[in-house]
Amino acid sequence: MGRIAAAFENARNENRATLVIYLCAGDPDLDATVELAVAAAESGADVIELGVPFSDPTADGPAIQRAAERSLRGGTTLAKVLDTVRSIRRRTEVPILLFGYYNPILVYGEQKLVDDAADSGADGFLVVNLPPEESAGLREPAIARGLDFVPLVAPTSDPRRIKQAGEMATSFIYYVSMTGVTGSAASDLASAAQRASALQRELGRPLAIGFGVKTKADVATVSPQVEGVVVGSAVVQAIEAAPSTEAAVTAVRALVSDLAGGLSRR
Amino acid sequence: MQPLQSVSGRYGPYGGRYVAETLMPALDELTEAFEEARRDPAFQAELDSLLHQYAGRETPTYFASRLSKELGTRIWLKREDLCHTGAHKVNNTIGQILLAKRMNKTRIIAETGAGQHGVATATACALMGLPCEVFMGAEDVRRQAPNVQRMKLLGAKVHSITSGSATLKDAMNEALRDWVTNVRTTHYCVGSVAGPHPYPMIVGYFQAIIGCESRAQMLAQAGKLPDAVVACVGGGSNAMGIFAGFIKDEAVRLIGVEAAGDGIATGRHAAPLCAGAVGVLHGAKSYVLQTEDGQIVEAHSVSAGLDYPGVGPEHAWLRDTGRATYTAVTDDAALDAFQQLCRTEGIIPALETSHAFAYLPTLAKELGPDADILVCLSGRGDKDLETVIEELAERG
Repeated sequence: MGRIAAAFENARNENRATLVIYLCAGDPDLDATVELAVAAAESGADVIELGVPFSDPTADGPAIQRAAERSLRGGTTLAKVLDTVRSIRRRTEVPILLFGYYNPILVYGEQKLVDDAADSGADGFLVVNLPPEESAGLREPAIARGLDFVPLVAPTSDPRRIKQAGEMATSFIYYVSMTGVTGSAASDLASAAQRASALQRELGRPLAIGFGVKTKADVATVSPQVEGVVVGSAVVQAIEAAPSTEAAVTAVRALVSDLAGGLSRR
Repeated sequence: MQPLQSVSGRYGPYGGRYVAETLMPALDELTEAFEEARRDPAFQAELDSLLHQYAGRETPTYFASRLSKELGTRIWLKREDLCHTGAHKVNNTIGQILLAKRMNKTRIIAETGAGQHGVATATACALMGLPCEVFMGAEDVRRQAPNVQRMKLLGAKVHSITSGSATLKDAMNEALRDWVTNVRTTHYCVGSVAGPHPYPMIVGYFQAIIGCESRAQMLAQAGKLPDAVVACVGGGSNAMGIFAGFIKDEAVRLIGVEAAGDGIATGRHAAPLCAGAVGVLHGAKSYVLQTEDGQIVEAHSVSAGLDYPGVGPEHAWLRDTGRATYTAVTDDAALDAFQQLCRTEGIIPALETSHAFAYLPTLAKELGPDADILVCLSGRGDKDLETVIEELAERG
C-alpha cells in the first residue's frame, strides 16, 4: 500500500477524516516550502498536496494564482520541486501528492517525471487539466512505478464519468465541491458533502472534498460525511499574509492544528 | 491524406481536451449539439439567411490590379473586411450564438484580443437578445479602444484583465475561469480554431465558408484555382477558413503568416509554428511559446489579434504534414504592407491582416508574373489607426 492510501487507512482507524493540505512549491521560496511542509505534517496534515506552479493556472482563483506567480518569479521549476520533495522526505514520511497542470509535465517527459518523482519520494499525481481521456501517458507509467494517480469528480460529472473515475482511482478521488475555481466562496458545503458521501458508498473508494473548504467550521461540516478534506487557498493566504518565513511557519502550524481540530469523530 | 475535419478532436497528435473535469460534460454537450445542428436543415437555413441578409455574405473576391502591378504578380483579395463588423469573426459568432440558443444557454462569454471577436460576439448577442460579457487584456483595452466602445454600445460588459501579460492569453484564462464557474448556464464563444475539442472543429466549420466561396469565385473570375493562398495566423481562424476550401487541391500552396514582432531572433514575437515547441495551452495540444520548463512565454506583436503564444491544433498538423507552410513577418514589415495596401488599393487593412500582405513581395518574387495569389483580407483597419499613427511616429 502506498503512503497516501495508508494515510487514509490510518485516519479511518482513528475514526476521523484525512486532512489534505495544499502548499504551492516555491512560495515564498523552495527552502521555506520544506519548512512549511514539515510544519503542516507535524500539526496534523495527513497528506501534502504540493502545487507545481504554472504560468496559466486556469482552474485557480486569485490566491493560488498569486502564489504561483511569486514562485515562478523566484525561479521554481519542476526539477527543483522534485529536489524539494527529496528534502521534505529526509524529514518526514508525510505523503506528497504532486498537484499541477499538464504542460510542464509534458515538456519534462511523462516517463522521466514518473521515474524522477518516484526516486525523490513523491507519492502520486493530480493534474487539474488532464481528464481521464488524456491521462494514459502519465497514469500508466505512474501506476507501474507504484505511484498514485488521483482522478477528479465535479458536480457536473455524469454517471459514466463518475464510474470512470472510480475505476481509475488507486487511492482516493478528489471531489470538487462546486463549479468554480479554487478559493471561491462555498455555496453549500453541507449538501456537497452529502453528494460526496453518496458517491463514496457507490464507488467503494474514499473521496476527498476540496474547493471552498477554508475554516475549522467547514472541516467540521464536511468531515463526518467524507473520508478526506482538502484545504488550499486558506493555507496559501496565511503564508501570503506572513511577513517572514518564520511567521509563515508559525501561521501554518496554527491554521493546520485548528483545521485538524475540526476533523470530527465518526 | 487523412481528412482533417476531425470528429475525435485530434489532428494527428494535436488537439484533444486538456481541461478541468468540470468542463468535460459541457464539451460533450456542445459536441452533440453541434453535430445535431449541422445535420438540421432548419439550423442551416437560419444560419445561411443571417449570413446573407445580416452579415452581408457572400463577400467578394477582388482582383487588386494596382497592387498586382506593384508586386509583379496577380493578387486576389477575399474581402472579409466587408463583412458586418469589419472582419471574418462574425461568421463564427452568428453560428455559435445560434448554437447557444439551441442549447438553451442564457449567457454568453468570450475572450478577445484585437476586439474583433468581442465585437462580433456582442453583435450576435444583441441580434439574438442574449447577455454578453467579454474578457480583454488591459493592454488590448488600451490599444484597441474603439472596439471597447463598440462592444459597450452593443450592450456587452467588458472585463479588463490585468493578470500576466494583460493580453489575449490572459483574457482566455479569465474566460475559462468564468466558464468553469457558470458552465451550466453559459456558453463560451471561443473566437479562434483553438481551445479544447470541439472548438477547433466548430470554429473551423463556421469559417470554412471563406474558402468555399473564394474557391468558386476564383474559378469563375480567374478561370482557375490560385497558385497560392495566403493568410495571417494568430489563433488561425481566418487562415483555417480560407485553407479549408483548398486543402484537397494539392497543387494549391497554403501559406500562413505569423507575427515575428521585433524579429524571431529577438525572442519578442508571436510565432509558435515557426519558433515554438509542442505543448498544451488552453485545452489543446499544439505549438506554443514556452520556456524549457514548460511555462508559457508572453507573445509580442504590434497586432493585438496575433499577440498570442499558441495556435490552433489543425495548423500544427498542417505544418507537420507539410500541407501548409508557415512563415513570419516583423512589425515593421506589417506596417509597411499596411501603408502599401492603403495607397495602392484604397483599402485600410487590419494590422493582423497586414502580416499576410507583408509576405507578398517575397512570394511574388518566387512565383513570378504568371501566378495567381489569393489573400484573405480578414479584417479592416479602422480600429488600428491610433496604433499605426503612434508606431509610425516612433519610427520617424
